[in-house]
Amino acid sequence: MTQRPFRLIDAIRWGVYGGIAVVLIALIGMVQAFSNKGIVADRVTMSQVLVFGLIAAVALMTSGRAAATKPRLIIPAGILAGGTVALFPALLALLITQVNLRSVLLNASPELADLLLPGNANDLVSALQLVALGGAFGFAVGALTRVPARVRRSLVSAGVGVILIGLLQAVFVVIIPDSWRQFLYKANGLSTNGAIALFIVLTVLDYAWLRGRPLTQQQIGRLSAGRRRVLRMVVTLIMLGILAVLPQLLGPFLSEVADIIGIYIIMGMGLNIVVGFAGLLDLGYVAFFAIGAYTMAVLTTPELPVVRNVIPQLNFWEALPFALLISFVSGVLLGIPVLKTRGDYLAIITLGFGEIIRLLVLSDAFKPILGGAQGITGVARPRVGDITVVNPQQFFYPILAGILIAWFITARLKISRLGRAWMAIREDEDVAAAMGINLVGYKLMAFATGATLAGLGGALFGSKLGSMVPASFNVLVSINVLALLIVGGMGSLPGVIVGAAALIGLPELLREFSEFRWWVYGIVLVAMMIFKPEGLWPEATRLRELHEFETPVPVETAEETETAAVPA
Amino acid sequence: MLARLRREFDITDVILYLIGVILMVSIAYGSYVTITSGKYTSAQWTNFVLFGLAQGGIYALIALGYTMVYGILGMINFAHGDFFMMGGFAAFFVAAALAQAGFLETNPFLSVALMMLGAMIVAATVAVLAERIAYRPLRRAPRLVPLITAIGVSYFLQYTARGLFGSGVKAFPNIPAFTGAWQVGTIAVQKSQVAVFVVTTILLVFLYFLIQRTKIGRAIRSVAEDKDAAALMGVDVDRTIAITFLIGGTMAGAAGVMYGIVFRQASFIMGFIPGLKAFTSAVLGGIGNITGAVLGGLTLGVVESIGPSLFLDGLGIPSPHQLKDGIAFTVLVLILIFRPTGILGERLAKRA
Repeated sequence: MTQRPFRLIDAIRWGVYGGIAVVLIALIGMVQAFSNKGIVADRVTMSQVLVFGLIAAVALMTSGRAAATKPRLIIPAGILAGGTVALFPALLALLITQVNLRSVLLNASPELADLLLPGNANDLVSALQLVALGGAFGFAVGALTRVPARVRRSLVSAGVGVILIGLLQAVFVVIIPDSWRQFLYKANGLSTNGAIALFIVLTVLDYAWLRGRPLTQQQIGRLSAGRRRVLRMVVTLIMLGILAVLPQLLGPFLSEVADIIGIYIIMGMGLNIVVGFAGLLDLGYVAFFAIGAYTMAVLTTPELPVVRNVIPQLNFWEALPFALLISFVSGVLLGIPVLKTRGDYLAIITLGFGEIIRLLVLSDAFKPILGGAQGITGVARPRVGDITVVNPQQFFYPILAGILIAWFITARLKISRLGRAWMAIREDEDVAAAMGINLVGYKLMAFATGATLAGLGGALFGSKLGSMVPASFNVLVSINVLALLIVGGMGSLPGVIVGAAALIGLPELLREFSEFRWWVYGIVLVAMMIFKPEGLWPEATRLRELHEFETPVPVETAEETETAAVPA
Repeated sequence: MLARLRREFDITDVILYLIGVILMVSIAYGSYVTITSGKYTSAQWTNFVLFGLAQGGIYALIALGYTMVYGILGMINFAHGDFFMMGGFAAFFVAAALAQAGFLETNPFLSVALMMLGAMIVAATVAVLAERIAYRPLRRAPRLVPLITAIGVSYFLQYTARGLFGSGVKAFPNIPAFTGAWQVGTIAVQKSQVAVFVVTTILLVFLYFLIQRTKIGRAIRSVAEDKDAAALMGVDVDRTIAITFLIGGTMAGAAGVMYGIVFRQASFIMGFIPGLKAFTSAVLGGIGNITGAVLGGLTLGVVESIGPSLFLDGLGIPSPHQLKDGIAFTVLVLILIFRPTGILGERLAKRA
């Protein structure tokens, strides 16, 4: 298919789409919520970054398209796209100041108009100013397209990096030395000098990295197999060393976040087996998380006299095997009816099971055993020697141990006979069955292993909180875990960690953001499926499969050209 | 002997049937206990059934969208319940505006028609946009991809509604013409329920006519049968799929109005459970089958309405109405296991 030459109407069209997006994020309240979060103190807020980031994205895309077919239209396209995007919030602001929309749209308040428009007056002049600002920004972005590709990439990455470092102030102030902190940060956001310095440093670093990476990779490639193994071991040891001191480095608040991420990593590893390896989309995964957590709670709490009359109160380590065992068994039990169905039916049926479990826990019928809507308190904490593991910094270690065990199990299973059978089932059930794979048995194994890991996560979760309410176990947890798998890359183990850090860690760190996390998840799921179905850190085979029809680049020739290019 | 038995019956099948039999026996026992104890009068039972039918009508309207989209694309449009939710909100805002103007009391029927119009337009627009933006790029993608996308669309819509309209529950204004009940003998028939019947019936007749007798309907049926062949015969497949979403969205919007009239509330989360139940209805009736969706919706509505009192109460379970939603999901699980083709299962569901 030949590409239609770029016309300026395309710039307006994409500008309209971008403009609608800006209006949407303004009306759902994101702009207002983010206006208190400074990126560069007293100068740039998160909401400005959001609006102008969208303008930049649209302008970058349109001028990129123009560059492909009609290079002389690059600058006008950028200006036009930026201006069109900015037109929409300007019109919205004018509308809000004239008409009261608040009876329908909660966030259409005068404050929103103040935030959207520059200057103090909300009139036509400031609206035009905003449009001009958008156009100017579009111009700048369009001009960027003229810059050599490598430099442009470094500039964009550095810009994104500065924004991220400003955004994650809470993390960096804990980690970096005091003198750096005083230079880089103010109370709310980066200092102006800090931001500029950071931008320059990041640009240079990124440029050097882009230049140097092929060389380093080549050098690693030249090492002998034995040397490479040593290198990998050294890297692993260093990583473990960092992990061992991480809670001390992070302090209590960040350790809490790390704990939550860790629990989701364990669950993600489990669901990865079910969805990523065996291809069974389980939307009721939270059921096993709940079963693990409730087993832990019921066995260790001093409450619930009905249970205590039958089963003696256990401590954490005594209850843990039971939690895992019961999760495993319920995985098998729930798996049997579920696995008779296939594909999307399986997804819905597991969703139904998850809801049934939640309803049972909530109901009065099981209140004497499961605590009903009030939940259970007094769940035991793990004891190691004389120390009771209570605070988040200490709790990091049991969770870390859980992650390592989960990682070991899944990594070994993946390359085992079992793992290969799962992947065969994932690719084609009928063919797998014809090859002599016992579908039900292997699927049950996947389901039950996944359930056990979810149970482990649940047990740790319950013990960490010390109390639990049924509200923590709704379908959103399942969606959360699924989303982190998709973002990280189905079937990929490092992907689970990347996904968990991005989808669980970020909302925990950015409290302003947490209200919108599900909204963003929705967009992320759709966007990932359309543009990057293999995830951010894909499994090698999955990547090949998903792009097998695109222009194949033979691996060896690609390497050769690089080798040939470097010595020159 | 035992070896032969084992060859013929998978152990999992045995366990499945065992579970099924246990459920059936306990349902029968519970019903027997309740009926012999005479805890509920026959008027109460009739009311349960009537309420169930009204609720089932709403499920049926939503289920139509599920079943049509499944028929044509072979995907479960998880976000369909949220089209219904958007319709509910649209109906609420129209109703609130009309109530403020006093129009709602003076012209109740015209008001409801306006609510319908607003809800249908909004829900259909959302449905068509979702198809265009999220689903169309994925026409030939592997099977789980559209489902995950649909989950994403669902969350996007829910939390868009939450951001736009707030997280609280909106209470519909009172429509005097639709509140209260007619006394028929000893039975009180709620006016709102009658309204749901009437509207649902009209819409279904209209839909049946549309699908069976018009050119658009023929195009939809042909695309559902075979996309490529339909395209060769000159049917615009993309447009037909968009129209299917349009019709499904319209029905969901109407369901939103009906939900508003019967339950008098709208909230951003309201699409999830009714959506799941409507899907259950569609599966119950035989997915891809329009008559089946209606039948399934009504059946599920009634089972769900009488179930808690009929067998859960008889089994001595305290506060059985808390488990009402559980009944619907149990029905879903049982149907998918034992008769995945549904009640009217002539059209074999390809993926079940």
